Amino acid sequence: MNQPAAPRKPVEGYLDNKQFLHPKFSANYGNWKYHDRPRPGVLHHVSNTGDEVWSVRAGTQRQMDHYTIRKLCDIVDNFGEGFCRFTIRSNIEIPVSSEAKVAPLVAELEKNGFPVGGTGNSVSMVAHTQGWLHCDIPGTDASGVVKAMMDELYDEFKNEQMPNRVRLSTSCCEINCGGQADIAVIIQHTKPPKINHDLVANVCERPAVVARCPVAAIRPAMVNGKPSLEIDEKKCICCGACYPPCPPMQINDPEHSKLAIWVGGKNSNARSKPTFHKMVAAGLPNNAPRWPEVNAIVKKILMTYKEDARPWERMADWIDRIGWPRFFEKTGLPFTKYMIDDWRGGRYNLNASAHVRF
Amino acid sequence: MAKPMHPTPNLDELEKGPWPSFVTGLKRLAKDKDYVVDVLGHLEHSYKTRKGYWKGGTVGVLGYGGGVIPRFTEIKNEKGEAVFKEAAEFHTIRIMPPAGWHYDTKTLRQFCDVWEKYGSGLIALHGQTGDIMLQGCTTENVQPAWDEINKMGFDMGGAGPAVRTGMSCIGAARCEQSCYDEAKAHHGIVNRFLDDIHRPALPYKFKFKFSGCPNDCMNSIQRSDMAIIGTWRDNMRTDEALAKKWFAKHGMNELVNDVIGMCPTRAIQLKDAGAVSKDAHITSVKVNDSQALEINNKDCVRCMHCLNVMTGALAKGKDTGATILIGGKSHLKIGATMGTVAVPFFSLKNDEDYENLVELAQTIIDFFAENALEHERTGEMIERIGLVNFLEGVGLDVDANMVNNPRMNPYVRTDGWDEEVAKINAKKAAA
Repeated sequence: MNQPAAPRKPVEGYLDNKQFLHPKFSANYGNWKYHDRPRPGVLHHVSNTGDEVWSVRAGTQRQMDHYTIRKLCDIVDNFGEGFCRFTIRSNIEIPVSSEAKVAPLVAELEKNGFPVGGTGNSVSMVAHTQGWLHCDIPGTDASGVVKAMMDELYDEFKNEQMPNRVRLSTSCCEINCGGQADIAVIIQHTKPPKINHDLVANVCERPAVVARCPVAAIRPAMVNGKPSLEIDEKKCICCGACYPPCPPMQINDPEHSKLAIWVGGKNSNARSKPTFHKMVAAGLPNNAPRWPEVNAIVKKILMTYKEDARPWERMADWIDRIGWPRFFEKTGLPFTKYMIDDWRGGRYNLNASAHVRF
Repeated sequence: MAKPMHPTPNLDELEKGPWPSFVTGLKRLAKDKDYVVDVLGHLEHSYKTRKGYWKGGTVGVLGYGGGVIPRFTEIKNEKGEAVFKEAAEFHTIRIMPPAGWHYDTKTLRQFCDVWEKYGSGLIALHGQTGDIMLQGCTTENVQPAWDEINKMGFDMGGAGPAVRTGMSCIGAARCEQSCYDEAKAHHGIVNRFLDDIHRPALPYKFKFKFSGCPNDCMNSIQRSDMAIIGTWRDNMRTDEALAKKWFAKHGMNELVNDVIGMCPTRAIQLKDAGAVSKDAHITSVKVNDSQALEINNKDCVRCMHCLNVMTGALAKGKDTGATILIGGKSHLKIGATMGTVAVPFFSLKNDEDYENLVELAQTIIDFFAENALEHERTGEMIERIGLVNFLEGVGLDVDANMVNNPRMNPYVRTDGWDEEVAKINAKKAAA
């Protein structure tokens, strides 16, 4: 009699990346001297031994069907040298060891719809989340918002015409998995969660939900004879933190879950210390499938920055120089009471000086 | 295949425009897979109603407690049946990618083969966690898909209250700014914490990110509990030929406005070449025959700006290692916190240094596991207990590099002052 196959135990271990490095990367590991950019989308690195490598960068849709990945593999094999890598913003980078291979590789990528760019002072691909496609708590989509945005910013991806690099992100809830960015688009809920009291007792660990609330607005309660939770709606800041541990506390609302725009986040330590992004617009409709209201404001901010910032100023550096009143003036965005920080530590963000701009 | 496509007027709009379209990709997959026909229907329903319809659950593989992100549809008819029944289950498998996200095409094609066979065929390179996201799979197919991927040599990423998949920049493989071997540090730490990655048992998530220099391309200060950021202690190095080449191309206005004027600590001055200070902490390089940059390395904070502008002409020093910051995280629950300096300089030159880094990480994880409350990130724990208690708990010395400025309020007991001063003096004497 056949015995059922014994279940397979996983082999644990983090495999070495050395086998995946382009030979030029291995040969000059830790020994690079400088780089320049012969054209947007192409990086040229020179090592201390005089060895050179050209990397061609192209945008992708991040959520790739296997046909797209196989197409990229064909390009890497036929026009590159069998190796590639991906950037933190889902751009592919294809290294080649001779300058002569750059132009045909660029042409092949473009021919197949992969825009070459995203280097230097360009607007790179948007760091984004999962959205309606896969997330369990999304207020909006991710890939679709990004597709609509990158269609508008296509030329800015392919050229290096910004004062400094521009990093964008989108997040489909206030947890902000997309991360800090020069411009970030993030869901901002405006109404407290609607509670399905029939389900709470069976689905939610109530003390954990109570503990999750940043403003202690949730308390246990009996509703219609069933153990449930209730919300002090005056206290509620509509952050949605209770929703992941307790799906019956529905925070997402097709009408009242809005989008907010934040600017001036900076990951790098270059010049100023890293900064968090700041809210400059809210109340924008979650207008699938192309979110025109959001894109109009993102573009307005970007074009104002492009025109007004000095070379090497990131969004945060530029605003630091011109000041927030002029940021709002130049972009035409209204400064509202909701932008005055009242969270803990928020007084640190107030102006404790006579430095006033007129 | 057999199943007709659902009408997708909203998604169709996302096939327009020049940027690569994920919708077009999904439609290509739908030609062979009824599963993806229903995934498209499911997503179109979200677009139409502006809501998400996936709920979590419990799906895993043998031997591991995390790494699969389960999703079950909530779009049901009145009988409780899935409306898009082919796509009633849409789980994601997180796989740890090679450090620095390097691949050969053979490996990428293998991933395609496995996911074409067992999953939707949709792969995200990469998720915000840094993982390869194999998106869309039935419960039944999770184990066989995983078995094949594991046989390729890949291991699963972290999820839930666990050590998470690490992220490291391209670093030493192709960047002149790299101050340590990011992949070596990354491998060392991940391989130490495999158990904590695969069997979630910590108070909450713990993330490591490795950036080779303070440009911090991995966003480690904002996004990781332990950020390992390359830096150097000694003087900046220079290359006169490259400096002169840069100056010839860019000129005096750019040198003054974009390099000297943007130094955050005013560490750079323009000098007559003959008048440059001979002090041991000065770096200088001629930009033409008569003028030179003079950089005071004691004033420099290693922000990277001038190295970025004049790549190669100005370069990191040779006494390299990392600055380690602890406690970065996003908003929930106390508001976003950045990591703050816990070790101003951690030497990373030889194997022993890299082993010491793993030991420090172990000490910090152990302290976190013992002391954090449930669902409390490291940054929140430090906010609650204070940085000094954390440092004493993990055995790190206080350092003035850890603060923007000393305390601004008198609400502290200082009756241990003399002992602290004695300890500091004893350490100084022993050094």
